[in-house]
Amino acid sequence: MSVASRKTLGAALTVLTGAAAALVVAMLAVILVDVFRGGAGRVSWEFLTSSPEEGMTAGGIFPAIYGTAVMTLIMTVAVMPVGVLTAVYLHEYAAPSSRMAALVRVAVTNLAGVPSIVFGLFGLGFFIQFVGGALDHALSPPGELHYGRPALLWAALTLAVLTLPVVIVATEEALRAVPREHRDASLALGATRSQTLARVVLPQALPGILTGAILAVARGAGEVAPLLFTGVAYFLPELPGSVWSQFMHLGYHVYVLATQSPDVEATRPLLYATVFVLLALTFALNLVAIAIRTRTRRKAAAGH
Amino acid sequence: MKRTLIALVAAIAPALASAAVTVKGSDTMVILAQRWAEEYMKQNTGKRVQVTGGGSGVGIAALINGTTDIANASRAMKDAEKGKVRERYNILPTETAVAKDGVAIYVNAANPVQQLTIEQLAKIYAGDVTNWKDVGGSDAPIVLYSRENSSGTYVFFKENVLKGADYASSAQTLPGTAAVVNAVAKEKNGIGYGGAAYAKGVKEVKVVGADGQGYTPSAENVASGKYPLSRPLFMYTRGKPSGEAKAFIDYCLSPAGQKIVTQVGYFPVK
Amino acid sequence: MARPSPSMRRRQLREAAIQAVITLVALTGIAAVVLIFVFVAREALPIFTSPEVREETDLARMFLPQAWRAGRPAFFSWQPVSEIPKYSMVPLFVGTLKVTAVAMLVSVPVGVAAALFTSEFAPRRLREVLKPTIELLAGIPSVVLGFFALIVLASVLQDAFGFTSRLNAVVAGVALALTVVPVIFTVSEDALTAVPRSYREASLALGATRWETAFKVVLPAAAPGVLAAVVLGFGRSIGETMIVLMASGNAAMTTFSLGDSVRTLPATIAAEMGEVVFGGTHYAVLFFIGVELFLFTFVLNSLAAAFVKRLVRRMAGTA
Repeated sequence: MSVASRKTLGAALTVLTGAAAALVVAMLAVILVDVFRGGAGRVSWEFLTSSPEEGMTAGGIFPAIYGTAVMTLIMTVAVMPVGVLTAVYLHEYAAPSSRMAALVRVAVTNLAGVPSIVFGLFGLGFFIQFVGGALDHALSPPGELHYGRPALLWAALTLAVLTLPVVIVATEEALRAVPREHRDASLALGATRSQTLARVVLPQALPGILTGAILAVARGAGEVAPLLFTGVAYFLPELPGSVWSQFMHLGYHVYVLATQSPDVEATRPLLYATVFVLLALTFALNLVAIAIRTRTRRKAAAGH
Repeated sequence: MKRTLIALVAAIAPALASAAVTVKGSDTMVILAQRWAEEYMKQNTGKRVQVTGGGSGVGIAALINGTTDIANASRAMKDAEKGKVRERYNILPTETAVAKDGVAIYVNAANPVQQLTIEQLAKIYAGDVTNWKDVGGSDAPIVLYSRENSSGTYVFFKENVLKGADYASSAQTLPGTAAVVNAVAKEKNGIGYGGAAYAKGVKEVKVVGADGQGYTPSAENVASGKYPLSRPLFMYTRGKPSGEAKAFIDYCLSPAGQKIVTQVGYFPVK
Repeated sequence: MARPSPSMRRRQLREAAIQAVITLVALTGIAAVVLIFVFVAREALPIFTSPEVREETDLARMFLPQAWRAGRPAFFSWQPVSEIPKYSMVPLFVGTLKVTAVAMLVSVPVGVAAALFTSEFAPRRLREVLKPTIELLAGIPSVVLGFFALIVLASVLQDAFGFTSRLNAVVAGVALALTVVPVIFTVSEDALTAVPRSYREASLALGATRWETAFKVVLPAAAPGVLAAVVLGFGRSIGETMIVLMASGNAAMTTFSLGDSVRTLPATIAAEMGEVVFGGTHYAVLFFIGVELFLFTFVLNSLAAAFVKRLVRRMAGTA
């Protein structure tokens, strides 16, 4: 092959792979622009703070925002301690050759790959039917169901299981970025392992742990499939009164407006506005997470 | 630790006492039930009604499983389903007709077909007739839109048009009536079915009644029974409605409630 | 040896307790995977044990063609709500594979090429923008992609290709590719970046051009990682629910035309689970689909993990 043709081929391949990258970015841009054009103008303070009215063809999405927020809050409270401690175990306590640590790792990667709809089945089969059913058996009058039905708590716990790998992976990365010497110094000064962990390692890893929490929240705010059978409701005129109520959710609201609204044309602006809010929310969270992560990575790279 | 646990339980427990009435089921009825709930709660502060859709089957299953107080259904409960309620709760479900609906047949606004017989509809949906020219239209393939099998409309149409036969496998099943309307509005060879209240941006085909004439699902044609595809919409409860559930159903049947029925596009029962 | 002071002993005890608690919590991940399988499988069990359920369906009827009407040829049919409920998995498998095939056809070349560009050709500045941008695509909730496919993409593709059905395997597959591309991109890019610089330097020193180095040295060296990316993307697209539920048309057809509507395994669960009576045949069959999905993704994940392990070993052995 001549030098010239090698050069042309090289240039062609560079352009081709570049075009692939550009295509991905372009698709992202197309979606964002479409949602922005269709929805941004419709979002107002009133839209964000009022309830749907006239059979969802008017009004706002406040109950959906509220439901999403409360659900992800409960989810975060449930997932963070477990996720962080698991990562601490993997990185700080387990021996490199530990069988159990290897098994935990395998479990976590597999958990991350389980389809979200299967989490929905799990939530229904385990939390609602099994745990809720047992609670009812013990606490409710016979024939009545208080716990064994779709509820905010069950949906939040289902999503906590789903987001567990996100938190573990992010926390472990943060722990890895804490220089070994800091631990050694602390231990050499006579601090115990747990003191070192609580006063030296975790504070330094905090931004990374926060990234995990943010990514988990972004995931929880956007997932719909696991909620379908575990607690989400089509329309609730009132905000959920307890963790045993059902709730409205932004992602599910998008699904409902897109497929089940009574008047498609009348709801389209509302639909776009809801998508805009959901996307703005998840994007803001992701951007913050990426920003923190880039900073920690750079710091880690500089420290070593 | 123990104290916080007790505090937690105490915080959660009272919410059980003022639990909302849950209404679940038919997607056809969900807009209606939602409007009822909206108005009912505006007039009665402190009352709570939770409305969820998903289909009549969803509501009935929830009634059997004990996860809803009222099941909305756009079809009558089957004996087997009633039996299951009896088996579990030792009580039969009570049926209350709260509104009437006409199942409209939608086609694209540009479709020249004006009316269809029940037999033609059956052949179309069973997949035996696949071209519009066989039923008086232009030479183009028929694109079938149907509902999910959890829908009461799906079952009603299957029983009353297909006479129990299966839908053609090529029928696209969409998750809501609005999705069907939307699809037919965009697809010039499409045909779909669903509640008359939804038909916006599509053409409603006349359906030939018992007297050989074509009728649209208008208020008088449904009320007089001339339109062949009309049905009552039901609310089911485990046993006689009582307490909060009764108060809500009574409201739905009140003149104010029935006025909402007309506003939403269905037909009053009273 | 002196006996440890009581305060020292207490301290040791506390440390041991903390370690025990942390180790116990770490078991949650394992417990979760086991519980998911056990509880999903438990609800599917009646297919094998309950005579009532077995009267309506069993493995043979789920996977072999059945003659439902006397005198008619046997065929596959998913009609769970019928006088004779028909639970053939075949149309759902065909549908899932069709959508997945489209998604992979689009996302493998695009994802791998974009990763190659980012790691080998792009200037550093561009790389630092490109990577997080493409990762942002993974942050779009799938219900939003489903919405976009349903409202915008379906019309665009129908105008371009003249599909009879507006919602079909191609629309759902292309939309699905948008979620698969970031997976393939991220994992491949990591694999490509993991190839030691010495490989590139050696290749360039021997007179190879940059693209020759990229395609003939770096890409083959990172191959197990790229393969892992493809496998993970495959698993992702099999299990995705909301996009296909909204954009595939959900018709359970056993055809091989990509222009037909399709019904996938996850969308079937999502669409039908709400309706079924707990404990009935239909309920058990939907959970059985859940078991299938769990097993598929489990196998695919293990496969991907094996590939990654091979890559790590290869890099470690030569770096």
